[in-house]
Amino acid sequence: MAARRAWVWGVGASAFLLAALLCGTAIGPVSLGFGSIVEAFASHIPLLGFKSHLTGTESAILWQLRLPRVVLAALVGAMLSAAGATYQGVFRNPLADPYLLGVASGAGLGATLAIVLGSSSTSDLLPVAAFAGGALAVAITFILGTSAGSSRGSAAFVLAGVTVTLFFTALQTFVQQQHASSLQTVYSWILGRLDTAGWHDVLLLLPYAGASLVALLLHRRLLDVLALGEDEAASLGIRVARVRLVLVAAATLGTAAAVAVSGLIGFLGVIVPHTVRLLAGSSYRRVVPLSILVGAGFLVFADLIARTAMSPAELPIGVVTAFFGAPFFAFVLRTRMIAS
Amino acid sequence: MFRRTLMAVLGAALVLVGPGLGRPAATPHRIVSLSPTATEDLFAIGAGKQVIAVDNQSDYPKRAPRTSLSGFTPNAEAVIGYHPDLVVIEYDPNHLVDALAKAKIKVVVQPSAHSLADAYSQIGTLGKLTGHTTEAATLVAHMKKRIADLVKAAPRPATQLSVYDEISPDFYSASSRSFIGQVLGLFGLRNIADPADDGSGFPKLSEEYIVGSNPDLIVLEDIRCCGQTIAGVSSRPGWNRITAVKRRAIVLIDDSLASRWGPRVVDFVKALSLALGAVEK
Repeated sequence: MAARRAWVWGVGASAFLLAALLCGTAIGPVSLGFGSIVEAFASHIPLLGFKSHLTGTESAILWQLRLPRVVLAALVGAMLSAAGATYQGVFRNPLADPYLLGVASGAGLGATLAIVLGSSSTSDLLPVAAFAGGALAVAITFILGTSAGSSRGSAAFVLAGVTVTLFFTALQTFVQQQHASSLQTVYSWILGRLDTAGWHDVLLLLPYAGASLVALLLHRRLLDVLALGEDEAASLGIRVARVRLVLVAAATLGTAAAVAVSGLIGFLGVIVPHTVRLLAGSSYRRVVPLSILVGAGFLVFADLIARTAMSPAELPIGVVTAFFGAPFFAFVLRTRMIAS
Repeated sequence: MFRRTLMAVLGAALVLVGPGLGRPAATPHRIVSLSPTATEDLFAIGAGKQVIAVDNQSDYPKRAPRTSLSGFTPNAEAVIGYHPDLVVIEYDPNHLVDALAKAKIKVVVQPSAHSLADAYSQIGTLGKLTGHTTEAATLVAHMKKRIADLVKAAPRPATQLSVYDEISPDFYSASSRSFIGQVLGLFGLRNIADPADDGSGFPKLSEEYIVGSNPDLIVLEDIRCCGQTIAGVSSRPGWNRITAVKRRAIVLIDDSLASRWGPRVVDFVKALSLALGAVEK
């Protein structure tokens, strides 16, 4: 019974992602026509004999602008949602999000420094600086948390994360105030950016997100054991500190890479895993893979809204995820509570 | 006898000094400008000698007395420390106007101009305030004539040309509602940002919309802030399809020129006029 239900949820989540990818590719500020898009795709499959009827410009819009953006949104959505689910499991804190350990503030400082100090090569430097800043912030959090936690409790990590976040945010604000002319660039990065996405960004993120997602998927059973509590997990033969390090390192690596290419996209890491939990149950064996599928689909849909709601103007993606994500989550929460 | 002489001397002195005594109240000679545009205006109308301090963004003209004062986050005490008799600002963050009023210092707020008429009227106001009415009128007349000549000299193609004016690399753009957009409008260009404008004058466009709109001319105003170059823009994915990129009809406008509405608007108009000449060929 449980196995069959898991299968149903898997199919449902995959269908949701597929629908998102289809809509995301088919709809945009420039209307390309659904038939023409199907033809354009079919023309890349040999022996079918289809020919694309898109003009050069339309072709460029489809293959070089729209498609990388859809793929990047799916990757970032999957990464942030899986990382959120993992953090919630490791720290046994339902409000934990991928930015809990300071990755966002560290990446923010790195990005701001790159924007302020960078010259014409800013666009190449920015993701590297953001990634380095994010990784550095989490490393400091981990050192602080380990040295402070004689009881090895996860609360020490959460507090260390808050401390590091406040400190890095203060540094970032200071640098930003010293260079007022860069304010706009910094803010548009902070609000999240899928708007300038290209295949370049996808290739940058793919190895990190891929490795991170595989690691999280392989360790999802251990999350269920950790959820019982640290002492219980230890009594079951789990080396809690080591498992925690591996899971947090994997989630952080992927998150830092996602933040580096797409800025700060909020709410996803909290809303998606909880929606999955409310619908399909709280076992991490389901929560992690379903969060990956649903998170990917959700961010593709959110980006579709960002691109088309005010077309040809755009909304910042962070605004869309919050505006639609929060009420959607409230709706799921409410219907579930009524149902039970 | 001595008393009468003394009275006469004093009287003469009073007559001589009289206009001078009235002068400080009428014409300020310790001006602080926290607006880069106002700084340019003041120097262009010959009031530069009366300016004792300008903000850290006022980088033109070079001889302006640049200080660490900030127009974005102004500190009232730091401004008052200069003992100014007139302070010109662009906008009023941190309740600067109230603070200066308490110190009995005259403040003029000259916000971003929405049109060339606004820009001219601000120059006129500064002329009146600083005792350079004639120079201000001459400057405005000169600007009007130069701009009219440059617009006339630019080619007017049979089909209307379209323009994309980029103010940041994430595709914020100046529409016809903005000051810069109005200047572009002088040349009869169709601004592709107009359908996206929500009233701000600076809508954020979709990249595929920009490529799909295929503008004939691209104006880049994000050179200094964001390191954009003609080569960089040309190599953006998909942008090689845009007419402006194919013909290299890309105008680079220094950020400081594009974000101000002072006398150097003429330079901006000239750059556009030259670029449009190139588009025609």
